[in-house]
Amino acid sequence: MAEVLLEARGLTKRFGGVTALSDVSFTILRGEIYGLIGPNGAGKTSLFNVLTGIYAPNAGSMSFEGRPLDRLTPDRVADRGIARTFQNLRLFGNLPALENVMIGRHVRTRSGVFGAILRTGPTRREEADIARRARELLEYVGIQRRADMLAKNLSYGEQRRLEIARALATEPRLLALDEPAAGMNATERAALTRIMESIRERGITILLIEHDVKLVMGLCDRVAVLHYGVKIAEDVPEVVQRDPKVIEAYIGGSPA
Amino acid sequence: MVASSPGNNSAVLRWAGLVLVGLTLLALPFALAGVGTAWVRITNLAILFIFLSLGLNIVVGYAGLLDLGYIAFYAVGAYAYALLASPHFGLHLPFWAILPIGAAVACLFGVLLGAPTLKLRGDYLAIVTLGFGEIIRIFLNNLSSPFNITAGPQGITLIDPVRVGAITFGRTDIFVGLVFSGPVKYYYLLLLLLLAVIVINIRLQHSRIGRAWEAIREDEIAARACGINTRNIKLLAFAMGASFGGVAGGMFSAIQGFISPESFVLVESIMVLSMVVLGGMGNIWGVIAGALLLSFVPEILRYTVEPVQRAVFGRMLVEPEVIRMLLFGLALVLMMRFRPAGLFPSRLRRRELTQET
Repeated sequence: MAEVLLEARGLTKRFGGVTALSDVSFTILRGEIYGLIGPNGAGKTSLFNVLTGIYAPNAGSMSFEGRPLDRLTPDRVADRGIARTFQNLRLFGNLPALENVMIGRHVRTRSGVFGAILRTGPTRREEADIARRARELLEYVGIQRRADMLAKNLSYGEQRRLEIARALATEPRLLALDEPAAGMNATERAALTRIMESIRERGITILLIEHDVKLVMGLCDRVAVLHYGVKIAEDVPEVVQRDPKVIEAYIGGSPA
Repeated sequence: MVASSPGNNSAVLRWAGLVLVGLTLLALPFALAGVGTAWVRITNLAILFIFLSLGLNIVVGYAGLLDLGYIAFYAVGAYAYALLASPHFGLHLPFWAILPIGAAVACLFGVLLGAPTLKLRGDYLAIVTLGFGEIIRIFLNNLSSPFNITAGPQGITLIDPVRVGAITFGRTDIFVGLVFSGPVKYYYLLLLLLLAVIVINIRLQHSRIGRAWEAIREDEIAARACGINTRNIKLLAFAMGASFGGVAGGMFSAIQGFISPESFVLVESIMVLSMVVLGGMGNIWGVIAGALLLSFVPEILRYTVEPVQRAVFGRMLVEPEVIRMLLFGLALVLMMRFRPAGLFPSRLRRRELTQET
């Protein structure tokens, strides 16, 4: 289980005078659920954006499955096997749920313009395969009954799950979830936890940003804590929970 | 998927309907020729505008990239045809060779426009494309010296009509007792091309590429996270849209026999965009309806406004052209107020409206 999947060294990201990430290093092992927690504005989402190629870091380097991940565009990162969801949901709202997931297959399929125009055999087969895989994934996250509904008309919890299905459609080895449980009720949250555990059983590593400390502590193998862009702790949940620096970051202000 | 019919009956009805529409379209030019050959010409131009609208629909409707200079690709296609098949350079390439060349050149210009505008969206993109359209027109106006390439504002004359085997499309032939005038022959050729264009459009929409276009329209960042190379897919949209414009331009050259930069002004771009928006962005049949409506209504006005005014007031008060623009503006305002998704919104958009509570 000790194989390193993702390694980040000395990641620094500045926006003007604000340092969102300061010399952050961490490693994610294959098969684990790695939690990333921290107060608001700690740099969690910035780290996601650096990791998935949306931001270029000012310093530091990353490698994924032993190959460098630096300066890749988001689509190349997806191609390399890292999929993500977004904190504020970024679905293709005016498209049906099924089509959202089908778009996730884009990176693993090849048909081009001429295949589409001539509707060649390989294109037709690929198209059928895309639709089949997309339906399977909708079923996997439990929203197959919503396949033909527009994404924006799904309930909030369903939209979250749809986004996970779309991310899974890219066949990732690392799935990065940005606050997937935000705004969910207890039932939805329990269902989400089951989905995440099942994803891990499929052999997909998960990087999880979450505010709900209870959910993170119950689910994650290891947890890192960011505070003002600095990683202040990283260990198994039980240890991190008792770390005085972490307690201080969350409660704020040191007693003396 | 869409054709899932509840019973045999409706399938039969569908086919009967298709056959009926087909026969009507085949008989149409003769009916129109009875009224006047001018109407056949008007119909041909309307079909060209359908080409243009469907091409622009790829860029605006599918990929969501607002293009206000689309007529430039029509111009490029038209001039490609004119220069390769007229006495201007003494070149007389056959039609089947020029049409793909015209499409390819227009496609190249599509990429030329697309490449520097990749990071722009919405209003900003609209402004740049508007400028692009004007640049092309101004070039066409001025490329007459020091080397005479486009003959400037005089335009290019005596463009070869389409010739396929022994059939020359410019001449009138009599075949099994029916009079096939030039415009009638072009009508059938255009109908054939139109069928191809529609099939291509439908197939593209329901393909991996079509979905990628829609993904970019909906959310570019999410599209990239799904592994879509937005740069290439956007360029592809510009290139495909431009090629349709190029083909339409080539046919325009052949049909008219004369072209000049005047045919490719900004108003034409806006007209094509209006056709797309009026009919319903993203919906092929809506776009076709929009193109037909905006092509025919002004022509009908042209023939009715003057007699009506003379009958009512005894003289002409308002020029038909003025009324045309007036009604056109009014129609757009009313549309935006009452049917913002177009007269025939795409299936998805209609669902969008009915699902919202």
